[in-house]
Amino acid sequence: MPIETYHTLISRNKRNTWLLIVVFAMVFVGLGVLIGNVWGGGNAEFSILTAASAGLIAFLLTLASYYGGSSVLLGISHAREISKSDDPQLFNVVEEICLAGGLPVPKIYVIEDSAMNAFATGRDPKHASVAITSGLRGRLNREELEGVIAHELSHVRHYDILFATLIAVMVGVLVMLCDIFLRSMWWGGGRRRQSSDRQSEGGGGLQVILLILALVLAILAPILAKIIQMAISRQREFLADAGSVELTRNPTGLAHALAKLGGDEEVLEAANRATAPLYIVHPIRKFEERASSIFDTHPPLNERINRLMSLTQ
Amino acid sequence: MTATWIIVGIIVLLLLALVGIYNGLVSKRIRCQEAWAQVDVQLKRRYDLIPNLVETVRGYATHEKETLERVINARNKAIAASGVKEQAEAENFLSGALRQLFALSEAYPNLKANENFSQLQEELTSTENRIAFARQHYNDSGAIYNTARESFPNNLVANAFNFQRQDYFELEEPAAREAPKVKFQ
Repeated sequence: MPIETYHTLISRNKRNTWLLIVVFAMVFVGLGVLIGNVWGGGNAEFSILTAASAGLIAFLLTLASYYGGSSVLLGISHAREISKSDDPQLFNVVEEICLAGGLPVPKIYVIEDSAMNAFATGRDPKHASVAITSGLRGRLNREELEGVIAHELSHVRHYDILFATLIAVMVGVLVMLCDIFLRSMWWGGGRRRQSSDRQSEGGGGLQVILLILALVLAILAPILAKIIQMAISRQREFLADAGSVELTRNPTGLAHALAKLGGDEEVLEAANRATAPLYIVHPIRKFEERASSIFDTHPPLNERINRLMSLTQ
Repeated sequence: MTATWIIVGIIVLLLLALVGIYNGLVSKRIRCQEAWAQVDVQLKRRYDLIPNLVETVRGYATHEKETLERVINARNKAIAASGVKEQAEAENFLSGALRQLFALSEAYPNLKANENFSQLQEELTSTENRIAFARQHYNDSGAIYNTARESFPNNLVANAFNFQRQDYFELEEPAAREAPKVKFQ
């Protein structure tokens, strides 16, 4: 029964979301301890204070990304909400697919960019948004648009959107904080180090800690980027493609749309490393890389198209 | 003494299982009813679009009285139909009549150029798709409910409390499955 696997999929996504929040909070508190140690010069009370405030920030951030993450992501992607009179056909298609899945109708956004792409965000099917670039919208016919929208609504239906949105916001913030801290070490931290060298004898030890810390942080950012890639795995994309066919009962529409997406040479300017995994195809890579890369958030397009076409026989 | 407790325990467990199965069946049946309500909404949407369409076409295609009459009759019959099976038959007939109407519009370039007509076309295409998707969702929910109703031990509960089997909203010929997705280009 397909319904069984569909429910295990959702519960796995919910479990992963909790795991993500816990790991995120732990990394944050750990970072607080380290920063407190460096800035407070080993003062235990100061470290506890920074760790506690880091924990509080992590908690508030989780809440903020749960309730406001989708608006932030839509904002930095320069997405604009549209109403039915702007594009009746797009609205009709979204409403049709929602009927097929028994889903509430999401908000619909358009990104004014000639690059071809689309993504979904939100925290659950009742609070979901679907965004599509004007470049993609203009080049798809009704059937292909149906396939793409059904793919995005499958992400909504599978609760991929909450996980992806939380990850995009949290990792974005962490990378930014690491960056700020590293800069503060170049400028402010350096001065403090000199003065503590003169005053205390533990200066050598502190310098070693600082060096290790700087190294750890420098490594941490790219690793986090890798975590995003793995979490929003290629499996999710395949499952959303399959979900699209389950909704439309028509694999050709999505297959043709993916072929058109594959031929797109343009880079989506409003996308960055944190938001990239949300999109239906990788927004930054060029076609040759999209088609062949093994270590990627998105499976090769050729493979996705082949799997879809095998369903038509 | 212990034997009594064991018997009481078994009865409690059986009652709990009964409640669980009963509630499971009820929620699945409600999902079917909701899905059917959606089909109904979309069918009404189509009824509302048809008079407008007929009026628009009448202005251009004066010689096609017969086809227009057929569409109007099919609509009235569909509105009067009751029950999933009868409704499905009437709706299939209406879909066929509409297909004919759109096929005939090919012969009238002025009609095709009419903006009102092209808007109606998009709305009717969408409505046909909505009906198809809502029907698909209804049939899926029906299949889940019917499977639950007929599998053991649910069937004992279903029979005791008179859970009826849900009819599917079917099309007679497999070829017609593709047809409601009208294409105009």
